[in-house]
Amino acid sequence: MNFDTKRAARLALIGLAAASLAACASRPKPAGPVAPTPTPPTPSAPYTPPMSPPVNQGPIPGSMQDFVINIGERVYFDTDEYVVRSDAQPVLAAQAQWLNRYQGVRVRIEGNADERGTREYNLALGARRANAVRDFLVSQGVSGARIETLSYGKERPIDAGSSEEAWAKNRNARTAITDGAR
Amino acid sequence: MITAKGNVMRLKILVLMVAALLGGAMISPAAAQIEVDINAGAVKPLPIAIPAFSGSPRGAEIAQVITGNLERSGLFQPLNVSGVADTLQDVNVQPRFPDWQATGAQALINGQVTVGADGGLRVDFRLWDVFSQQQLLGLQFSSTPDNWRRVAHKISDAVYERLTGEKGYFDTRVAFVAESGPKLARIKRLAIMDQDGANPQFLTDGSYIVMTPRFSATSQELTYMALRPTGSSIYLLNLETSRQETVGKFPGMVFAPRFSPDGAKVAFSVEKGGNSDIYVLDLRSRQSTRITTDPSIDTSPSFSPDGSKIAFNSDRGGQAQLYVMNADGSGVKRISYGGGRYTTPVWSPRGDFIAFTKQTGGQFHIGVMRTDGSDERLLTTSYLDEGPTWAPNGRVLMYFREAQSGNPRLWTVDITGRILRPAAYQGSASDPAWSPLLD
Repeated sequence: MNFDTKRAARLALIGLAAASLAACASRPKPAGPVAPTPTPPTPSAPYTPPMSPPVNQGPIPGSMQDFVINIGERVYFDTDEYVVRSDAQPVLAAQAQWLNRYQGVRVRIEGNADERGTREYNLALGARRANAVRDFLVSQGVSGARIETLSYGKERPIDAGSSEEAWAKNRNARTAITDGAR
Repeated sequence: MITAKGNVMRLKILVLMVAALLGGAMISPAAAQIEVDINAGAVKPLPIAIPAFSGSPRGAEIAQVITGNLERSGLFQPLNVSGVADTLQDVNVQPRFPDWQATGAQALINGQVTVGADGGLRVDFRLWDVFSQQQLLGLQFSSTPDNWRRVAHKISDAVYERLTGEKGYFDTRVAFVAESGPKLARIKRLAIMDQDGANPQFLTDGSYIVMTPRFSATSQELTYMALRPTGSSIYLLNLETSRQETVGKFPGMVFAPRFSPDGAKVAFSVEKGGNSDIYVLDLRSRQSTRITTDPSIDTSPSFSPDGSKIAFNSDRGGQAQLYVMNADGSGVKRISYGGGRYTTPVWSPRGDFIAFTKQTGGQFHIGVMRTDGSDERLLTTSYLDEGPTWAPNGRVLMYFREAQSGNPRLWTVDITGRILRPAAYQGSASDPAWSPLLD
């Protein structure tokens, strides 16, 4: 799927979801084709005069916040592994789509490892993870020139715990926006 | 009489071997009645009396530093001898041995401090075998007064060597990474201290991460890795001049630096496209040569003391194991075959062992093996033990230990694994690097 059709499909999906929500109250009963009978108007909310201009509640599209909240900046890895897991692929596909939409954005992919390894080996392992993510994004059409990679090894955990769960979180690659976000 | 001169860090220490005046034999090993077998790991440490040196208030502090050094080695048991110490006279007068025999001490260090007219410090000491009543050692050190701790370390080294037959390691320093702040925002600063934890000093300000300092075996020079969001660098830092330079620019990460034994080269890892290989940089020609080309992780290079070989770790066999190759990259041979993951090989300065970190069964260990991989011995076990560094005598290792959700601390262990204890430095610290003996 190229960029435009993917984007169109995604927008269409969003549109559908909105339409079906709105239609809930007035969904016609599944019957044979009958002449459309005017459905009684659903009771509308009492009119309230506008108090202030509408405020955009969500993050600004194309912003760092938009990327972190709506796309997700991290994907996770198995112990001592750097293969992109199947649960990471949709996240990275969405990252690629987002990056393809906002062409001015540059990123640094930071590879991280859990504390169950020695410092230097983990730097090498983090570099492998960062590059695995980079290769995935490039395969999805993001120019390699917009991506740099870095390994933090085990130096930047996101969970201070010492449990399997904490280690699993700390084995990740973070796509950090370095420039060009709105 | 032998005179030796040392000049380090612009401080001079004059050492005089003092001939025994009172019938005791001099430094001939055959005369030793007591000895400590370091390779047995001192099942029973040697009781030793180290009363305050006379002549100056500094004398008590000097005796304290010697006491701390010998006690921490695990080979000696310094005794409290305050009641008996008053009977000591001038170092040239023989101690009243029956008094000392009654304390249970087998060895006695009797010392005195003289402050010269020029303010210079002179420290004389005698090491006695309490039961044979023989003088084992008599030395005199002259130095500037601010240098008194180093004099105490040199005396410790002399006593250790006389009684164990192995070189001491007390007149040394340790470079390390001082850690502060919470685990999720750790600040890591390059630091250096005396081996006994005294005189700690920060060398970087904490605005970037530092890792893995390593000493040159020939000079007061460190190499270490710095990590910033913009990338990693390997620095060479001259501790006497504070002059610092990098090993140069590489496309990806650079890490895991270590000097060759002659200080003329640095081996390290360079990462490109996710693949880490080992390079060697000649510091004179500034030429770097890639010496491994395997698509696996190749890192943690460590030269043999003669410079002809390099130990490293690689996961080319599926998981991290130890390998040895010629210094040009040829003749790669795997040396670790046990279960678990082996990393951080470090060749002993004596050439007889390679120390390493091993992960197995959810635990970390510091271990040693012969350089062909035989005689593997695990010396420690904990949640996280990592990064051994050799004392210059090749008989003691320092490493760091981190408890679950705790702060890292420096520990030492001897090669028998029996003498295991926290290092003197109390702060949060990792990545220790032991210096060679100061001059």
